[in-house]
Amino acid sequence: MGMIELTYREALAKSIEEEMQKNPEVFIMGEDIGRYQGTFKVTRGFVEKFGSRAANYNYRILDTPITEAGFTGIGIGAAMAGLRPIVEFMTMSFSILALDQIINHAAKVHYMTNGEVKCPIVFRGPGGAAKQLSAQHSHSMDGWYAHVPGLKVVAPATALDAYGMMKAAIADDNPVVFYENPGLYTVKGEIPDDNPNFTIPIGKAQILKEGKDISLIGYSRMTQVNLAAAELLAKDGIDAEVVDVRSLLPLDTETIYNSVRKTHRAVVVYEDWRSGGFGAEIVSRIQEDCFDSLDAPVGRVGGLNVPMPYARNLELLCIPSEEDVVACVHKIG
Amino acid sequence: MAKKEEYKITESAAELEEHLRDMLFIRHFEEKCNRVYREGKAGGYMHVYIGMEALAVGWMKAIRKGEDYVITAYRDHAHALLLGTPPEAVLGEIMGRKIGTAGGKGGSMHIYDPKNGFYGGWGIVGGHIPLGAGLAFAARYRGEDKVCLNFMGDGASNQGVVFETLNMASLTDLPCVFIIENNEFAMGTRLEYHAADKELWKRGLPFDIRSERIDGMDVIDMKRKATEIVEWCRKEQRPAWIEIMTYRYSGHGAADNDRQLYRTKEEEDLAWQRDPIARLKMQMIGLGYMTEEKYEAIEEELIEEVERIYEICDASPFPEPDEVYDNIYSDMKPEAGH
Repeated sequence: MGMIELTYREALAKSIEEEMQKNPEVFIMGEDIGRYQGTFKVTRGFVEKFGSRAANYNYRILDTPITEAGFTGIGIGAAMAGLRPIVEFMTMSFSILALDQIINHAAKVHYMTNGEVKCPIVFRGPGGAAKQLSAQHSHSMDGWYAHVPGLKVVAPATALDAYGMMKAAIADDNPVVFYENPGLYTVKGEIPDDNPNFTIPIGKAQILKEGKDISLIGYSRMTQVNLAAAELLAKDGIDAEVVDVRSLLPLDTETIYNSVRKTHRAVVVYEDWRSGGFGAEIVSRIQEDCFDSLDAPVGRVGGLNVPMPYARNLELLCIPSEEDVVACVHKIG
Repeated sequence: MAKKEEYKITESAAELEEHLRDMLFIRHFEEKCNRVYREGKAGGYMHVYIGMEALAVGWMKAIRKGEDYVITAYRDHAHALLLGTPPEAVLGEIMGRKIGTAGGKGGSMHIYDPKNGFYGGWGIVGGHIPLGAGLAFAARYRGEDKVCLNFMGDGASNQGVVFETLNMASLTDLPCVFIIENNEFAMGTRLEYHAADKELWKRGLPFDIRSERIDGMDVIDMKRKATEIVEWCRKEQRPAWIEIMTYRYSGHGAADNDRQLYRTKEEEDLAWQRDPIARLKMQMIGLGYMTEEKYEAIEEELIEEVERIYEICDASPFPEPDEVYDNIYSDMKPEAGH
């Protein structure tokens, strides 16, 4: 199998493009994704490949007005009719305007119809802090969505996972929130170059680095932070295992628990606000189900409970770093 | 409102009797629903269609049933019944039984029957309007010859997402008929208190959408105009925004037990003079297509039919406890307790 090195952004683009080539019922819609090539350039070149720059509109690469609730609902209705829309949010922060559509409509329709109507749709976009975008553009929406039965929520940390899990998300018959972190778009990885049927299933965590002393558990960009923290900890003689959760809903507790039962210690790391963020759920489940295996309280590193400030030094205080993770590891003892 | 057009009735006696039976069945079905609710055999929120029958009957006669898409809000029993959903499945759902359209998981506000083109049954005022446009989008995307009837109340026509949807429906040429069932009340708030301009039909104009206001208390006229609009929409592949003037004789929902808080008895009496069922009955008697005796016989037959449906539902089981986790997802169940 030939491999090619791509960034996370390029891996996403390749994945979406291959799925759109394979299945004419897959299309993408969102603000400035066509002529403007996408705010984070994931859809660079798509309008030329799947539509026409001259057309007023292209159904397969649909530039929408800046009306998140409206276009998200249209995507959901199209999915109810069996199409497979990918809805891009310029940032996940803007998906707040579409929460009613996502939570009250997409997530409910399968249950409320007792399985008669499916909703195969992907909601994707960058979530979390980029750089100095301040309070209204820096939300991590992962925890908000992972709270909702009826949604699946994934947050891949590597280019390979972004590539494979996007394919799984598009193929899924349920609404999937695909959380990308702007800090990951330039992360590089090896991707299969000539295997468009490659996929990575939703609902499986992975061990990115084995270790015996403590489990560092996270997802999305925090997995990269945990990998860096593990290197720092190695200098202190601590052999950390890095558990990449990848899928929040469904959550692969088996892989998480197996790691904790091996290392007997755990720190959970997430970028979202510390109070009530999804990491708190992981901590709770570990203490409920692995209490007898624990040699220390489960540690938790989350974003500060602060609206994201603009000044770079203040912003950096709010986002968990590898130093924060190391400090937490030492604190729990 | 435009002066009502005079027209010559060319419909056959059989056709008119079908309209009459459809409207009467809905009325008696809905009255039974109200009684079932009062007896505690239905719960939650329940909204009946009494007074508005001609509207749904007219539009459902105008479409290709089972092919075209229909979507509405929570006042949804009539649309399902007219599209061919078995009445046991509708009342069963209202009574939270396993035989219901959603196995008892939806209730009165969430009746669905996609095989007959009915996509709900939605509870957030205005929230389903983009979904209806999305159904029309799918038809257009695939090059199918389908339209979507997208019903809402007058209250919903104020929601921001409705305007967002109108903009996109026009921009992208969607074959979607937006139908405002203007029964003059957004729950207990009168039209003049909730709409800055009471002529809701004008709201399609800024989006370059065909916009009209039509009387919805005359089933013959309703069906004729609906048919013309649906076929225009199908041919032109453009949206339409149609305000239908109707009236809700019952309360907003079954829990609304004091209508005098927002309207007078005199107003209601006046509105009863526009009763679409009485109107069609008189039209038919005038043509020699109906007699008082025959009307009474039809009514008695339909009341018995509704009772028979009720007996079936009342004897049928509630969902099993282990079904609670079913169909949250198409391919998995959450672990119990989580």
